[in-house]
Amino acid sequence: MDEPRYDEATKTYTTGHSYDGIEELNTPLPRWWLWSLYMTIVWAVIYSIAYPAWPLVSSATAGFLGYSTRGEVAQEIARVEAANAELNTLLANIDLTVLKDNEPLHQFAVSAGASVFANNCSQCHGSGAAGAVGYPNLLDDDWLWGGDIDAIAVTVRHGIRNEQDEDARYSEMPAFGDILEAEEITSVVAYVQSLSGLDHNAELVAQGSELFADNCSACHGETGMGDRTQGAPNLTDSVWLYGGSDAVLTDTITNARFGVMPPWSPRLTDAQINAVSAYVHQKGGGE
Amino acid sequence: MLNYIKLILLGGVILFAAMAANWAHDIAYQVHALLIFVLGVAMFIWVLRHTDEPEAVPTDGPLGYMDGPVRLGVIATAFWGVVGFLVGTFIAFQLAFPALNFEWAQPFGNFGRLRPLHTSAVIFAFGGNGLIATSFYIVQRTSAQRLWGGNLAWFVFWGYNLFIVLAATGYLLGATQSKEYAEPEWYVDIWLTIVWVAYLAVFLGTILTRKERHIYVANWFFLSFIVTIAMLHLVNNLSIPVSIWGSKSVQVFSGVQDAMTQWWYGHNAVGFFLTAGFLGMMYYFVPKQAGRPVYSYKLSIIHFWALIFLYIWAGPHHLHYTALPDWASTLGMVFSIVLWMPSWGGMINGLMTLQGAWDKLRTDPIIRLMVASLAFYGMSTFEGPMMSIRAVNSLSHYTDWTIGHVHSGALGWNGMITFAALYFLTPKLWGREKMYSVSAINTHFWLATIGIVLYASSMWVSGIMEGLMWREVDAQGFLVNSFADTVTAKFPMNVVRGIGGILYLTGGLIMVWNMWMTIRGGSSVKVPVGVPAE
Repeated sequence: MDEPRYDEATKTYTTGHSYDGIEELNTPLPRWWLWSLYMTIVWAVIYSIAYPAWPLVSSATAGFLGYSTRGEVAQEIARVEAANAELNTLLANIDLTVLKDNEPLHQFAVSAGASVFANNCSQCHGSGAAGAVGYPNLLDDDWLWGGDIDAIAVTVRHGIRNEQDEDARYSEMPAFGDILEAEEITSVVAYVQSLSGLDHNAELVAQGSELFADNCSACHGETGMGDRTQGAPNLTDSVWLYGGSDAVLTDTITNARFGVMPPWSPRLTDAQINAVSAYVHQKGGGE
Repeated sequence: MLNYIKLILLGGVILFAAMAANWAHDIAYQVHALLIFVLGVAMFIWVLRHTDEPEAVPTDGPLGYMDGPVRLGVIATAFWGVVGFLVGTFIAFQLAFPALNFEWAQPFGNFGRLRPLHTSAVIFAFGGNGLIATSFYIVQRTSAQRLWGGNLAWFVFWGYNLFIVLAATGYLLGATQSKEYAEPEWYVDIWLTIVWVAYLAVFLGTILTRKERHIYVANWFFLSFIVTIAMLHLVNNLSIPVSIWGSKSVQVFSGVQDAMTQWWYGHNAVGFFLTAGFLGMMYYFVPKQAGRPVYSYKLSIIHFWALIFLYIWAGPHHLHYTALPDWASTLGMVFSIVLWMPSWGGMINGLMTLQGAWDKLRTDPIIRLMVASLAFYGMSTFEGPMMSIRAVNSLSHYTDWTIGHVHSGALGWNGMITFAALYFLTPKLWGREKMYSVSAINTHFWLATIGIVLYASSMWVSGIMEGLMWREVDAQGFLVNSFADTVTAKFPMNVVRGIGGILYLTGGLIMVWNMWMTIRGGSSVKVPVGVPAE
């Protein structure tokens, strides 16, 4: 080993080591560094006595502050629930048709409903409730199963065409591919398009109209206005759940649709169901 | 004689690979079996042609340093770096514009499969090749000894890069064990274990036969990195293959034990791969490039032992507010806080080594890369302990802030110190006076720095915003935002991040060009060379 060398630039001696020409200075540990290290160690000891930290045989030290992450969450939930308890009880038991008359309670229901909607409904109906292909738009006044607040609450509570809830709203359109010929379906498509003034093949309307009367009017009505008791859509307006083009309508009539919505009663409380119903109802299309 | 044993072994490998390709249960396994089959046949022919032929004499002589694997390692590092940056930039734009998950490229080109390709390419391919190449270069010089084990170093280089190809193609073909940074399936893990043991043997063998009395500090860091990664890799990949003819395996641990093992691994991959290993790099190249002694020998001892003792306990901070018991989460947090100063020890030692050479910051862009790298190292090793605090973590966890934190460390610290090392090594390894273009290094430095700043700042804004939106409640305690609202709000920051990636990638391409021109020979600056008058 070489002798330590005095380094002019730093006024320090080297250790005398040299590896491939790299030397090391014999500088002591920076004081601020060392004291910061000690401080973090002291803090660590205090913190680990204050909070749950040290594992024992079958449990762990609880810490003198009695803190736990689960306890912290439970406390916060309990605080909010206590603050809203009175309003929630009222909301759970209210006759929804008169909810609007109780202004503070209605306000509460709408903001609670917005939160329920964002966390449970927005995945299908969109965070702005405008829906998507196959998932109804909740902002318009075109309702499949009814748009008064009680009807909305029934839909939320029991869902649509699901197997979990016996009271789910249920109906099933037949797949007309098994019943009608392909060219007959084409003419029904033309007739249905004519009902809402879409571009259509006028030559086929007459045949389509006859076929519609024989096959479709039982549910969709003689004039195609639909039937809410069976969730049969109104075909005369410009609102389309799956689309009104030739291809989509042919697909719908040939194979039918079977849109499902889960029942929310297993997940949401009565107050939450009423809240989200009130929220959807006041979106613009409520009846 | 040795060649006959090799031929028998290779024959076995070829036979097994052919059977495996025939009976494979899934496409990833089949492609890998075919790859091994082709490689096996090629090696068989190569060995056969060299059997009973006179041995070629190594050109660098038996006493010289063994730089062949280092040279190829330098090239592999630059190559994989560009691949990793390119995939990273692409998936950054996929997050901003989901249409880039092209329908025609499904399922291979979707974000879910490209993302592990990106992380493994930058950490294990770029970082790993950089670590292997620099550690081989450094351990020889600082031990004054040729690499131990003859051609074993070649096996380490080729074996490691085979591991990378198997891992990367496996991700694209859908083979993954779904553990972050440990995605490769069981047979790839076994191969890496073999390669890693060989790496340890070469490195340790060289140190044990060293001609210097002491072991240089860089080698302590490299050795801790190699040993710890071996341990982490073995424990976190304990799994049972479903079939020897398929890629799928089942983890031995389950539930919270599996999560804890995974983050013990994940955090120490950061600690020992990306911190300890790269500190080894730093401890050689910074004093070399600056021409100054290391600032403090004492600090290097204390911060080394503190760092490797503390890091191994910090993993639970990845699992705050989960099924992990509170006590484990607290311990992970306090160890992370105490880790702050030991981490900074490396930064102090690196920066203060420039005492007496600060003027080089103005003239030498390599020093500039090193200083920026150490600054980013200091920043992310402060940010890390801060984010491990439970209260901070409740805001930052699962948000883009974490992504920003990782990238200020990876792009800033790991990337820049590796670039500096490549710029240092390329002229030396190919016997050139210096890099082809010094001003291109400077351009690279600025592109990389601005790229990182765009990346990190956009992710801070995005992450903190996201965290605040998730927890936002109105006066009555109801959540205000839906998840989709936060996704929409992040769009501009996602675009800025992608732009940062483009800058960083461009810098990498400039480096590759500069290295290529250097290796081809010559320097762009025509300096008059004094000819001795004879």
